[in-house]
Amino acid sequence: MDDTRRSFLKIAGLSMLGFGAKPVVDAVAGAGGPKFEKDPKAFNGKRWAMVVDQQKCLKAKDGCKDCVLACNSAHNIPSFNNPKDEIKWIWQTSFEHAFPGQENPYINDYIKTSLKGLPFLVLCNHCDNPPCVRVCPVQATFRRPDGIVAMDYHRCIGCRFCMAACPYGARNLNWSDPRPFIKKENPEYPTRTRGVVEKCNFCSELLAVGKLPACVEACKEKALVFGDLEDPNSEVRELLRTRPTIQRKPQLGTRPQIYYIL
Amino acid sequence: MLEKALRGNKSYFAWIGFLLILVGMGFGFYLRQLGFGLGVTGMSRDVSWGLYIGQFTFLVGVAASAVMLVLPYYLHNYKVFGKITILGEFLAVAAVTMCLSFIVVDLGRPDRAFNVLLYPTPNSVLFWDMVVLNGYLFLNIFVGWTVLEAEAKSVPPPKWIKPFIYLSIPWAVSIHTVTAFLYAGLPGRGFWLSAIMAPRFLGSAFAAGPALLILICLFLRKYTKFDAGWEAIQSLAKIVTYAMILSVFFVLCELFTVFYSQIPEHMYHFLYLFVGLHGHTGMMPWMWASTILAAIALIVLINPKTRNSPGTLAIGCAAVFFSLWIEKGITLVITGYIPSPLETITEYHPTLTEIGIVVGVWALGFLIMSVLYKVALTVKTESA
Amino acid sequence: MYNAGKIIIGIVIFLALITAPFWYNLAKPSAPPKLELGTQEKQCVESKAFMQANHMVLLDQWRDEVVRDGKRIYVNSAGKQFNMSLQNTCTKCHSTKTKFCDRCHTYLNVAPNCWDCHIAPKEQEKLAGRSDK
Repeated sequence: MDDTRRSFLKIAGLSMLGFGAKPVVDAVAGAGGPKFEKDPKAFNGKRWAMVVDQQKCLKAKDGCKDCVLACNSAHNIPSFNNPKDEIKWIWQTSFEHAFPGQENPYINDYIKTSLKGLPFLVLCNHCDNPPCVRVCPVQATFRRPDGIVAMDYHRCIGCRFCMAACPYGARNLNWSDPRPFIKKENPEYPTRTRGVVEKCNFCSELLAVGKLPACVEACKEKALVFGDLEDPNSEVRELLRTRPTIQRKPQLGTRPQIYYIL
Repeated sequence: MLEKALRGNKSYFAWIGFLLILVGMGFGFYLRQLGFGLGVTGMSRDVSWGLYIGQFTFLVGVAASAVMLVLPYYLHNYKVFGKITILGEFLAVAAVTMCLSFIVVDLGRPDRAFNVLLYPTPNSVLFWDMVVLNGYLFLNIFVGWTVLEAEAKSVPPPKWIKPFIYLSIPWAVSIHTVTAFLYAGLPGRGFWLSAIMAPRFLGSAFAAGPALLILICLFLRKYTKFDAGWEAIQSLAKIVTYAMILSVFFVLCELFTVFYSQIPEHMYHFLYLFVGLHGHTGMMPWMWASTILAAIALIVLINPKTRNSPGTLAIGCAAVFFSLWIEKGITLVITGYIPSPLETITEYHPTLTEIGIVVGVWALGFLIMSVLYKVALTVKTESA
Repeated sequence: MYNAGKIIIGIVIFLALITAPFWYNLAKPSAPPKLELGTQEKQCVESKAFMQANHMVLLDQWRDEVVRDGKRIYVNSAGKQFNMSLQNTCTKCHSTKTKFCDRCHTYLNVAPNCWDCHIAPKEQEKLAGRSDK
């Protein structure tokens, strides 16, 4: 008797599951059913990277922030005007903050004279070996096959372990609802909700429709060069071949993918 | 058995009422944080963990310290601890509950907390911390309750409980080791990037937890019918003494490595902690308070005369507890963020809301502890 | 049984309390809301019946495909292609969120948090303000 009840329950449970899932299974897996595809216009890189040519970033001395502003408006980044709540995907800072431990009086002199004391651009390094991805307990941040370290805002629980793990200070928490602090909403991109972490996404939403990242597009001096490291003919590879470049904190083994020409 | 917590004298209910008010107040502050977001705290882009995670870290240690009673009693048949082992286990239950509460109040999206179970991620230390903390909570409730129930019925504890007791011993070590690994594995934080972090955590845990237990036992001896026994208290005091010596020794090891190697990324944090950095001295008073308390504690505890007298022993244990509370509950977490990976300095000042929530969670812990102790002590005094 | 009277009264009160929501809803039957599609378009990405029952499942799939797999094109059962975007595809037709999404969600007492991040269609902002207010 016990046996029949158990098998009845089994069958009942299974058929409940079956009925519940049936329309979805039909819709997704059925013959001639729907499919998910990439946009044919999408850029398909194997290992995205960026070269920042600081020698070309000369307009910054006149206060040019085109790249930063383009990023802010493309991604609905709020401006809180205080360092506590601040959200930054790409921003300008001085050499000793961008490359701590590498400063010396002479290189500071070089930056003052030969680079006109220009600020350095810093952003997420989209590491090959990202510590933030390693520590995330829910895989809300993950490394895509094309090398982009992406965020899933839907999944993030706001534990901020990734912020502790990132050696580049590239990560931000939404300490409160960001919406009241967004100057002009870009209807193409969502905003974020309070309590989730966000950071530079290499404009994966633009790459997906065959456009270059917003900061790269915005720079009139072409100081930001974006491309595929796996493509030997790409512009980034050409620059890395012909110019000496440095990375931020390469000794940490994160294999950062933003390269700087000084 | 829980009904035993419903009978008590006036001061017992006044104490429970007082704790309930604090818990309610803390919950009120938490509702404010839920409504606005973590922006109501003093945490910032640069200092993204604060008091909550600090208290969590300290309390994991208090929880782990139950093993200092369980191990001698069950593994070495050290009968003297028979009366108070249950106090250690129930203290662990209260402490782990506080730990889990501090994690929840620290989440930006507590509504998604179960994502940790929906998307289990073995490469994340936080995932393992969740596993070991919940496991430890279960073990201590289960073991403590089963053994106590047997005692209430005046029968020996069931044999099948033994494996759980033995399991709880390495498990206690695991909770604090995993918690140390949260910090010790991060490449960009020189202050935490130290192989001695887990031993240091265990050392300070085995000092702070038993110190609190001694204070509780001294209190119970004075104000209730329950006497843990002077020999048990003395054995605990020796454990506290050695653990405190180890804890201070481990910190000195850190200081040697950092200041002799002179690697800036590691050194700046310690400079900020002890003497201030670029005029920023936020942690300095705390660290010196902790250092002075540690010195007092060592003097009082190492000297057998002062260790053997209840009055001075209480002072020594209070000094241990508060010294380590400052060290792990405040300075350890916050200094890791100062200076930031970009070598900028943002200081951290907790807000009233934040402190209110912290007080609320502590009150919740004391409430759980008081109720469980009431049950345990009633059983003990009735069966005695 | 000891205290039988008290226990029975207790059980009755308990049952009354626990079933209260059902009595409450029975007392005030309400008609399903009238939804305004906000569009002249006759065909959604899938059939009406499918969308009514499964739009939430479909949106979750879209979300995961876009965010986690980087696939942004949805080819429906009829072979027609759509950009998988709540904010840029769904609301292009369903332009009246308050009279479509919200009416039904309110009636069913569900509170999806899509709009905490995804920007509701413009016309709505003037009429009803943001959902997160």
